[in-house]
Amino acid sequence: MKEIKCECGHVNPVGTVLCEACGRPIEGNQHLDGNNEKRLLNMRYDGTARRSQTYNKSIIDKIWSFFSSVKVGVWLIVLALVASMVGTIFPQEVYIPANAPSRDPAVYYEDQYGIFGLIFYQLGFHNLYTSWWYLVIIALIGISLVICSLDRFVPLFKALRHQKAQKHISFLSRQRLYSETDVASNEEIETVKNNLKKQRYNIKEENGHILAEKGRFSRWGPYVNHIGLIIILVAAILRVTPFFYMEEYVWVREGQKPIVIPGTDGQYYIENKDFILETHSKDDKRFEAAIAEEGMIPSNFQTDIVIYQTSDKTVPGADAELDPILEGSVRMNDPAKFDKYTVYQSGYQLNEFTSMTFRIHETADTEEAALDTFTVDLTAPEAEYNLDSGFRVVVDKYYPDYYLDSNGIPASETNFPRNPAYVFLIYPPNSDTAEVSFVGIGRNIDATGENIYKLGIEDFEMHDVSGLTVKYDRSLPLFGIGAAIFMIGVIQGMYWQHRRIWIHPSENGILMAGHTNKNWFGIKKDIEKVIKGTNIKMVEDQQELDEK
Amino acid sequence: MDILSVSSGALYSAFVLYLIATLFFGATVRDKRTDKKQHTVSAKIAITLTIIGFAAQIVYFITRWFASGHAPVSNMFEFMTFLGMCTVFAFIIIYFYYKLSFLGLFALPISMIIIAYASMFPTDVAPLVPSLQSHWLYIHVTTVALGQGILFISFVAGLMYLIKEIDQTVKSKKTMWLEIVIYILFIFIGFIGITSAFGMMNYNATFEYPSGGETIKSEYKLPAIAGPNEGTLITENVMEPWFETPNWLQGQDAGRKFNTVIWSLITGTILFVIVRLIIRKRVGAAIQPLFKNVKADLLDEIGYRSVTIGFPVFTLGGLIFAAIWAQIAWGRFWGWDPKEVWALVTWFFYAAYLHLRLSRGWHGEKSAWLAVIGFGIIMFNLIVVNLVLAGLHSYA
Repeated sequence: MKEIKCECGHVNPVGTVLCEACGRPIEGNQHLDGNNEKRLLNMRYDGTARRSQTYNKSIIDKIWSFFSSVKVGVWLIVLALVASMVGTIFPQEVYIPANAPSRDPAVYYEDQYGIFGLIFYQLGFHNLYTSWWYLVIIALIGISLVICSLDRFVPLFKALRHQKAQKHISFLSRQRLYSETDVASNEEIETVKNNLKKQRYNIKEENGHILAEKGRFSRWGPYVNHIGLIIILVAAILRVTPFFYMEEYVWVREGQKPIVIPGTDGQYYIENKDFILETHSKDDKRFEAAIAEEGMIPSNFQTDIVIYQTSDKTVPGADAELDPILEGSVRMNDPAKFDKYTVYQSGYQLNEFTSMTFRIHETADTEEAALDTFTVDLTAPEAEYNLDSGFRVVVDKYYPDYYLDSNGIPASETNFPRNPAYVFLIYPPNSDTAEVSFVGIGRNIDATGENIYKLGIEDFEMHDVSGLTVKYDRSLPLFGIGAAIFMIGVIQGMYWQHRRIWIHPSENGILMAGHTNKNWFGIKKDIEKVIKGTNIKMVEDQQELDEK
Repeated sequence: MDILSVSSGALYSAFVLYLIATLFFGATVRDKRTDKKQHTVSAKIAITLTIIGFAAQIVYFITRWFASGHAPVSNMFEFMTFLGMCTVFAFIIIYFYYKLSFLGLFALPISMIIIAYASMFPTDVAPLVPSLQSHWLYIHVTTVALGQGILFISFVAGLMYLIKEIDQTVKSKKTMWLEIVIYILFIFIGFIGITSAFGMMNYNATFEYPSGGETIKSEYKLPAIAGPNEGTLITENVMEPWFETPNWLQGQDAGRKFNTVIWSLITGTILFVIVRLIIRKRVGAAIQPLFKNVKADLLDEIGYRSVTIGFPVFTLGGLIFAAIWAQIAWGRFWGWDPKEVWALVTWFFYAAYLHLRLSRGWHGEKSAWLAVIGFGIIMFNLIVVNLVLAGLHSYA
């Protein structure tokens, strides 16, 4: 049997709970919406036949039923919720602080958080949000969104479109809001109709049966917002591809020649003219107290940049010819754009050494008169300096960012010249025997104590370094559209309600029933206004209190 | 008189007005006609006072904006104050729709606790760091606060529902959990009480402790029960700490915050015990009779309604505007920062709530419990995430 014929003559699809035409409960299907145990009808989807409730034979039916269940949907949401919480117990790998003793996750978590940190790391929770199982949960939510929506939207849409004003008595009396008025005159019914129109209800009449309805479009809200969410999930998948998304981080030094921007196929170069760090003035009366409490508060991070494009005239193999295409500043909250790329101010390093100039003098000379000088260019340190006066200086060891490690051995913390130190071998003129000198900022150590010559720092130059993020993200419009559709959907579904009032003529009077998908207080107020000035009885709220 | 003192004076007046309004709302409870839509005199006075208080708080907001040059939503004090204001705003709206005066008896004290909690943080006007210098600060933060304020009303309605409906004649798991929720509110009151008390005495104990290779000072405003990890006390003639804060508590001033939590727990517990000794029954049981005339299903509906109104606002502010701003400031609209994750957790939670409401059996009491949990999640994001899980949003 493919269809069910109702007593009213309407032919319903298999699995229908309430006749599409007259609303009469269809025998044998009441358990589907749980109506058999309750006096009130479950009006969630207007008693339509849903695929998930009707077919349960093939494997596809089973998968469909599984994903269309709200219960499954809620469980998936709860799983995602709990997993997300777990990921915040300790910082994710990308948020390991830059000043941590060790940024290696294998060390960091155990070091900082003990046994729990170790477990956190071993379970892979330090990259939880990109783990396969987290993505699987999100993907399952996506599948559930699609199936849930299709399973409900299609039949609900058909049912509401074809609904009749004339409903069976058993349909009315089993609504949550219901009243029976024994005597009602035609004028009274006319007043009610006019009042309903005044309240902007759409009226449908069939043989004296009235259906007043408003806000049906709010029923589509959930499906609209689900479409928005699906678009967002699709955007997130597309974003993984290089066509949609590219991100590079580049350190650019002040005064350095333009360097190629990674990720642009050598097409673009960038130069750092100046990095500017400004702080709020401590003389500003308004902020005196706060600055006194917290110290200087930065007011601006800015890099003045020039972007160059490689010229078409560039000869292969030769240095690129560069045409400046953009000169401007990149500030926090104010990125710069060129071509499809956006440049963000993301980090900085103050006071790196550009060059250091040393002078050689006799150890015994208190005046420290220079016998000769030489300059080490820290962007390109040389191994050996042959000076005019005949001195030869060999750089034996170079520590760009000097510190003494835990064993007291000199080492470099980073590869950036933030605190340069050297071991120099000094060969006096016409000599093959070197003196060993250790020189750093505020350090000058003569290991033997017998050196005739000594090195002093004569001069130095410094520069700042800007950390800039260069990226393009073509998925943004898609995320924007998804978010907009989602918002339209939730507002449509949440801020409006679908209200229906049925009036069914009885012998001398009328039966009246009301239903809304939410805000029962509001529909009751509507009905109160509608029956004002008549003797029609106010509907009673038959909500079953055992439902709580 | 300078403008900042006008501002703080206005905030203080607002607080006092809310307090008096609460008392008048309390007076409406005895009224048997509460389910009819009639304004009693005390209800009229109460809502008028609430509106005047709200206006005073707007004066605070505008004058402080004027004084600092930016909207006062940039640190913990300013944000929490604004959140309290949004809760009052949401209550006023709901009041005029449902005409339910006794809702004020709970909504206003919750707002007052939030505002008082806010004032325990540094109240100095601070300039904006570069990352906050954007119009999106106003747009994002105000929308989030409004959304959360509306969601808080569902908590208020839920809590009232539970107090009214849970059978207090027998001891059960439900009465226990309800009592725990009430106890947690006591801890907040304890926090406010103890912080104000030592604040008035100008108590100060300074510690030095190592952090990331540097030595940092931490100023305790409460006697140190828990000192900073590996810290040394440098102020003389004050109480020595009893023990050290464990080192897995991260972030700036972890020790001081941990110490504050301990004090709040102690004070809150003492207050709770005293109240219990006086009334000689569960606090929930003592309040229950007040709600005799309240309709449970109306409370349920208000709770649900607040979520349906608050959820879109929260989504817009807490996720969408937040993402737009993050894209402009940091070049990534989503970064799995703890604050972001907890905004997502909040969103997931209320999404689950809205789906559960579709099913029979989740209305009423279960919904009310969910509303309480939702409030807990939002507060967790405001308090624990800011103070314990240090991230990009760690104010103050």
